[in-house]
Amino acid sequence: MNSMMIIGQYVPGNSLVHRLDPRMKITIIFLFVIVVFFANNLASYSILTAFAIITTFITRIPLRFILKGLTPIWFLIVFTFVLHLIVTKEGTVLVEILGFKIYSGALIQGLAISLRFFLLILITSLLTLTTTPIEITDAIEDMLHGLKKIKFPVHELALMMSISLRFIPTLLQETDKISKAQASRGVDFRTGPIKERIKAIVPLLVPLFVSAFKRAEELAMAMEARGYQGGEGRTKLRQLKIKSSDLIVLLFFLAIVVGLFLTRSY
Amino acid sequence: MDITFKDVNYIYQANSPFAHKALEKLSFHIPSGTFVAVVGHTGSGKSTLIQHLNGLLTPTSGEVQIGDYYITSEKKPENLKELRSKVGVVFQYPEHQLFDETVEKDISFGPRNFGVAEDEINARIKEIIPAVGLDEKLLERSPFDLSGGQMRRVAIAGVLAIKPEILVLDEPTAGLDPRGQREIMDMFYALHKEQNLTTFLVTHSMEDAVRYADHVIIMNKGTKYMEGTPEEVFTQKEALNQVQLDVPEIIQFLNAFESRFGISLAFKRQSVRDLATQIKEAFEGVKSDE
Amino acid sequence: MREKFIEFRNVSFRYGEEQPWVLENVSFEIYKDEWVAIIGHNGSGKSTIAKLMNGLLYPQQGEIIINGIQVTAETVWDVRKQVGMVFQNPDNQFVGTTVQDDVAFGMENRGVPREEMVRRIEEVLKAVRMEDYLLTEPHRLSGGQKQRIAIASVLAIKPQVLILDEATAMLDPRGRKEIMQTVSEIQERNEISLITITHDLQEVVQAERVIVMNKGHVWDEATPREVFAKKDELREIGLDVPFVAILADELKRNNMRLSNEPLNHEELLEELWTLHSKM
Ligand SMILES: Nc1ncnc2c1ncn2[C@@H]1O[C@H](COP(=O)(O)OP(=O)(O)OP(=O)(O)O)[C@@H](O)[C@H]1O
Ligand SMILES: Nc1ncnc2c1ncn2[C@@H]1O[C@H](COP(=O)(O)OP(=O)(O)OP(=O)(O)O)[C@@H](O)[C@H]1O
Ligand SMILES: [Mg+2]
Ligand SMILES: [Mg+2]
Repeated sequence: MNSMMIIGQYVPGNSLVHRLDPRMKITIIFLFVIVVFFANNLASYSILTAFAIITTFITRIPLRFILKGLTPIWFLIVFTFVLHLIVTKEGTVLVEILGFKIYSGALIQGLAISLRFFLLILITSLLTLTTTPIEITDAIEDMLHGLKKIKFPVHELALMMSISLRFIPTLLQETDKISKAQASRGVDFRTGPIKERIKAIVPLLVPLFVSAFKRAEELAMAMEARGYQGGEGRTKLRQLKIKSSDLIVLLFFLAIVVGLFLTRSY
Repeated sequence: MDITFKDVNYIYQANSPFAHKALEKLSFHIPSGTFVAVVGHTGSGKSTLIQHLNGLLTPTSGEVQIGDYYITSEKKPENLKELRSKVGVVFQYPEHQLFDETVEKDISFGPRNFGVAEDEINARIKEIIPAVGLDEKLLERSPFDLSGGQMRRVAIAGVLAIKPEILVLDEPTAGLDPRGQREIMDMFYALHKEQNLTTFLVTHSMEDAVRYADHVIIMNKGTKYMEGTPEEVFTQKEALNQVQLDVPEIIQFLNAFESRFGISLAFKRQSVRDLATQIKEAFEGVKSDE
Repeated sequence: MREKFIEFRNVSFRYGEEQPWVLENVSFEIYKDEWVAIIGHNGSGKSTIAKLMNGLLYPQQGEIIINGIQVTAETVWDVRKQVGMVFQNPDNQFVGTTVQDDVAFGMENRGVPREEMVRRIEEVLKAVRMEDYLLTEPHRLSGGQKQRIAIASVLAIKPQVLILDEATAMLDPRGRKEIMQTVSEIQERNEISLITITHDLQEVVQAERVIVMNKGHVWDEATPREVFAKKDELREIGLDVPFVAILADELKRNNMRLSNEPLNHEELLEELWTLHSKM
């Protein structure tokens, strides 16, 4: 369960990446995701890979930890790679294994697609690893600000998101606790026929729902007691401010994009 | 069943930036039939410790031995389920684990999982319901329609229905009113004596530790800080204060009494009534000496 | 005569038409700057009383007056400005994703300007000794620390009365003691009323007055000393008495005449001293 939990879990830190304005991070990642699809040769891929690796190092999050967090994704990456090897038939035949001809084009394409995939996942997980969920929420609320004019409930949405984020660790703890309690009463969640295992989930889900409802009820009450009556007339503690370092990072990133377009083959 | 911990270490989320050492070089031996109180400040590792007793957690290194079952970092026993049928665990706020449609079904859930025959289960329920202070009329009710105190009792009944040889209690009376607390603890104690159980009680109440335990383990930051009989452990005021614990009120009083009157009354887990007699005798003794 | 701050006048309440009455004809008064403890068995109606005090529930009969205002749907937001409440479960009242967000929440709701918020956050976190945890997330705090933050959040809106509904029940003894110390300091400094709902006898003896609830009725309303003198009756309604009171009782049984009803070790030792020198 732990490796699953680690994907996207915020790792506290004070690196340049951590301190970037979350809106800037989201913008850059958005651009990166688009730009990745323009890379098409060794040089352009190298530039993007170098960017991703340097950014990773700047965050000072141990590489081992990031890679371990990506474990479930490795499978997909390898799968994509193998799929390409088998399906693509371009270039010269390199080797023949078990009747399958592996073409050089397939190897290159497989590598390129897997690398692209890897870079996308790495960069997006860097966002969640270096940005608290609440910062992401703030950034989204701010970026959607314009929608308030068409009566889109931006504030309520953001509040709901931040509260769900706030409760994820609590609910995970709760799940852990209840499954341990039921395991002590002889439930086996791990082995046995599928049908039995599905049945074993009921004693986990029912208490989980009951407690989630109870929490929601108590939380609503606590919020009301503290004077919450909707977004109207509220002030905000959190304020986002673009700093000069944000702009410098953006410029740096744009330079990389330019570099990419100069080196890619047309 | 005897319980032995040998150099047990436990690390939560090992190999991650969140790695957290919750138990460190923990060793102790508890003979079968002992009532053990585990005491320590919040976060000292008490709940982590007891989760090793039925293999919910396996030590990161070291060895846990429960009767003939060995649990080490390399291997859990294959018959983990068998072990769990012998170790009943009442978690903190156990009412959170209720789920079934009726009280009766919820109580039978544990024994049924462990393959106990239906008529045996029914016999056990008949016995347990009055013991935990519930009414048979509640058996057909939904556990979610009950009061907090009743739900707690149903959850406890569900663990007792397993007929464990080792009973593990993690702050079982938190949130109950004084009478409820007393009733439930007395019930556990009676059961401990009657069925010759080995009992682990995690508690913040020094008074309960003094009242019920034969043996006390004091935890501090994941390590064993002290262990011994209540008399040995609880008289060490300075040492306990250092790990943010207070001595039981009766000992606080005996200390205050001594510094006021210069008369030292030994702590022998005496009842308040006996203490009153001792005070009277001490006063009369002093007078007749003069 | 002290100034009344909270007044319950013949209040009856039930959670639904078909449900039994949870409170019946409850009347009491709580004065400015006073510390009142409410005790009673599980289900005796303590939490219901607390929720009635700040308009989370409304009584079917009788009226509740807070600082001269009757609590109704119209006045409820004014009432809530004056009544701060801390609940039992530290997890279910932590709204913010970090400590500072949580403390800010109540102020944001009331439209407090940002600079003022920042200032008050610092001030109240100091008061609960949590100033080093400004950016910490709730799941990295212990239960006791979360409760301190809950108290800070309530203090930030400068209430006239602070209600703690079993706010220390989920903490260890040391955590309890620390919270109660913090709270009583704050009460004295800010001259607010304090209402603590609790099963912890150590907390009860510190209060000036105790309201004892039994099955939805006010069973007694007196000083801790007077209340704990009724040992047997208290036990009958599911409550307990402090160690000192029990010991005093046993001493009396041994014909040692204590002239007063002691509540703490010092008082009991004092009594014994007098007795001893007379023997
Ligand atoms: N699932 C978990 N993941 C990471 N750390 C944990 C986990 N469970 C507990 N810990 C940490 O391990 C330490 C020991 O926790 P444990 O629950 O054993 O303490 P405890 O003595 O039972 O405390 P309490 O009196 O508050 O119940 C604590 O610092 C806690 O934060
Ligand atoms: N939301 C609710 N709906 C229906 N009945 C309720 C609700 N909340 C409480 N009750 C009932 O009202 C009665 C009084 O409950 P209350 O929570 O006020 O008691 P309490 O004195 O605070 O008890 P405790 O010591 O357990 O906290 C109980 O019988 C309870 O079952
Ligand atoms: Mg614990
Ligand atoms: Mg209550």
